[in-house]
Amino acid sequence: MYKYDNYDHKIVNERVEQFRDQTQRYLAGEIADEEFLPLRLQNGLYLQRLAPMLRIAVPYGMLSSAQVRKLAHISRVYDKGYVHFTTRQNIQLNWPALEEVPDILSELAEVEMHAIQTSGNCIRNTTTDQFAGVARDEIEDPRPWCELIRQWSTLHPEFAFLPRKFKIAVCGSEEDRAAFLLHDIGLQLVKNDAGELGFEVFVGGGLGRTPIIGSSIRKFLPKQHLLSYLDAILRVYNRFGNRDNKYKARIKILVKAWTPEVFAERVEAEWEHIKDGPSTLTDTEFARVKSFFPLPQYQTIDGADSAKQLATTASDNIAFSRWLDRNTQLQKQAGYRSVTLSLKPAGVAPGDVTDKQLETIADLADRYSFGELRATHNQNVVLTDVVESDLFELWQQAKQSGLATPTIGTINDMICCPGGDYCSLANAKSIPVAEAIQRKFSDLDYVYDLGDLELNISGCMNACGHHHIGHIGILGVDKKGKEWYQIQLGGSANKNAALGKVLGPSLSRDEITDGIEKLLDVYVENRIADESFLNTYQRIGIEKFKERVYASTT
Amino acid sequence: MPQLLKDNRVIEDSWTYLAEDAQSLPDGDLLLSYAQWQIFSDQIEAHRGNVGVVIEGNAEIEDIIEPLLKLPLIAINFPKFADGRGFSVASLLRDRYNYCGEIRAVGGFIRDQLYLLSRCGFNAFKFIEDIDLSEASKSLEDFSETYQVSADQENPLFRRR
Repeated sequence: MYKYDNYDHKIVNERVEQFRDQTQRYLAGEIADEEFLPLRLQNGLYLQRLAPMLRIAVPYGMLSSAQVRKLAHISRVYDKGYVHFTTRQNIQLNWPALEEVPDILSELAEVEMHAIQTSGNCIRNTTTDQFAGVARDEIEDPRPWCELIRQWSTLHPEFAFLPRKFKIAVCGSEEDRAAFLLHDIGLQLVKNDAGELGFEVFVGGGLGRTPIIGSSIRKFLPKQHLLSYLDAILRVYNRFGNRDNKYKARIKILVKAWTPEVFAERVEAEWEHIKDGPSTLTDTEFARVKSFFPLPQYQTIDGADSAKQLATTASDNIAFSRWLDRNTQLQKQAGYRSVTLSLKPAGVAPGDVTDKQLETIADLADRYSFGELRATHNQNVVLTDVVESDLFELWQQAKQSGLATPTIGTINDMICCPGGDYCSLANAKSIPVAEAIQRKFSDLDYVYDLGDLELNISGCMNACGHHHIGHIGILGVDKKGKEWYQIQLGGSANKNAALGKVLGPSLSRDEITDGIEKLLDVYVENRIADESFLNTYQRIGIEKFKERVYASTT
Repeated sequence: MPQLLKDNRVIEDSWTYLAEDAQSLPDGDLLLSYAQWQIFSDQIEAHRGNVGVVIEGNAEIEDIIEPLLKLPLIAINFPKFADGRGFSVASLLRDRYNYCGEIRAVGGFIRDQLYLLSRCGFNAFKFIEDIDLSEASKSLEDFSETYQVSADQENPLFRRR
C-alpha cells in the first residue's frame, strides 16, 4: 500500500500541530464554539450525545497490520477498548476526550494515519471496491487513482469551505462494489477504443434526504486530466452551489436544477482554461503511485488441485463449509481467496470491534494476507490473497475471536449507522433494531435459504446507514417523541442502482421484526427457483408485500 | 489608524469605505462597492487617491472583471467565514486574470483560514474585530508543504518530488 515520504509526513504532522494549537485556543476560550465547529469537523471530531466522536480516515479502506495494532492501542489508552467501522470505510472512536485528541492524532501520524477531512463541508475520504487489485472482473486497480485523489483533495486550499460535504468514489471493475453512482462524483475506470485508460465521470449522486442516482457528464476523460477535471467540477460547485439551505446544498441539487447537460457545459467551460496546466498528471507520477500497489509474491498454485483439496476439507465440516461459501471470494489469482471477516455477530453493534479483536485481525493479516487488510463499506474487514490451503486454519482462528460469523451478504450482514444510541442527529435507535433482526433470524438454514439480501438501517434521513439502497431499507423516524421505523423496498447499489420505495406507514419498534418476517414470507412464497429477494420484488412489485405487512396491523 | 495584515506584516490601513449615501468621492484611498464603482466610474480618473472595489463571492466575475483589473486593490467580501466562494474568486483573479494588485479579504473570515486564503492569492486581511494581528499572522505559517497547484505554488507536489 501507499507509503508516506518526507513530504506526506510533514503535511500530516503540521496538521496535527495546527489542530493542537486550535484545540488549546478553544479550551482557553480564544475560539468561539461556532468557529471551532468547522475546524474540529475538518479533523473528524464531533461533539456527540454522550462524548466526542473522532472519525479516523482510512483512505479507500486500506490498512496495514501496524496501523491496526496502533488503533487497538489507541482504543485501549484513549477510549473504551473498541472502535467502529463506518459505511465510508473509516473508523470511529466513540469516547475520546477533546483535550487528548491532538495526542491521538499524533500517534496516528506515526503510522501514516490522520483524521483530515473525515467530516465537515469539504472533500471527504475517497472510497472504492474492497476487492481492488484482486477482483476477477477488474478493469484496472482503482487504488493508485484513489491515492492521487487523496493527495489532491488533502488541504486543497480552494475547497475547504464548500456548500456541503463532498464524496468521491472510484470503481475499477465491471460489477460496482463502491456504490459510485450514489456519490457527489463517481468515477468509473474505462478503456476507450484505442485501449487507453480514462474515466467516465458521474456527478450528483447521493443519499440523504433527497436520494439521487448520479448522471454521466463525460463518457471518457483521459487519465492524465483527472485532477484538473476534478478542479473544474469543484470550482463550479463551490461558486454556484446553494448556500442558503443546507438541505439543498449538495451538488446533486445544483446538477438537478441546471440539468446534467448544462452542468456538464459549465464544467467543460471551466476545464478549458486549466486542462493542460501543471495539474496534468505525468507518467512519472503514475509509475510512482502505482509502484505502491504491487501484486504480492504469489506462489504458483494448481487451481484445480487446490479447489479439490478445499472441497474435501469442507465436506467434512459443515460450519467451515458454510463460512467458505458465504465469507470467501475467488480471486483472479488461482489458488487464492479473499476472506471477509464479519463484524456482525448478533448482540454487537454492526461494525464494532474490540482492541483484542483488532490485534487478532492484525495477526491474521500478517500471517495470511501480506500484512494488509481492507475496511469495507458494509462495515466488515477483508483479508485478500489468502492461500486456499490456509483457509481452514484462518477460519478456526477467526472463529475463536468472533470474527467468523458466516453470514456475509445475508440479511444478518446489515449495514447500520450508530443511531440514537450515540448520534445526536438520529431520530431513532438503529443498533437495537439490527440486533432484534439478527436474533429473530438466527436459524442459519433459513438465512442461507433467503440468499443474498441487503438490509440497511439508518437512524435518520441523513442516511448514514444507506437505507435507500438496501433491498430492504429501514429508516428511523420520530413521531411525537416516539421511535418509528419506515420500511423501503427495492433499493440497490450496483450499476443498475435503484432507490427503495416506501412500503407504507411506519411501524413501531415492537412491530418491525414481525414486519420484516412477513416481507420474507412473501418473497419465499413468490420466488421462482433461485430468484433473489430483489429480483422477486422487481418482478411482483410492492403491493403483495404491502398487503401482507399491513393486513393484521389495521 | 486601523491596522491590517498585509504581505505578512501588520500595517496601518489607509483605505476607507465610501459612505453608502456619498454623492461624490472624497480625497484619499477609497474602497467602493461594485455598485458604487459603477455609479462613480466617470469620476475615478480625476480622484485624488486610490480606488479599490469590494466584490462578493457570488459575483459572476467573468462578466465584470475586465475594467477592475487595473485597480490597485480588489477586496473580496466573506458574508460569513463558512462561505467559501471567495476562495475560488481569488484563485480566478490570480490564475486566470493574472491580477497582481492587492487582494484583500474583508468580512467574516477567521484567523484559522489565513493559510488557505493566502494560498488562493489573498495577500491582505482586514478583520472585522480588533484582534492581535501579529499573533494571528502565525496561522499564515500553518503548513510549509502542499500537494496542489495554487496562486502561490505553480507546480503540484508530484512535479517537485
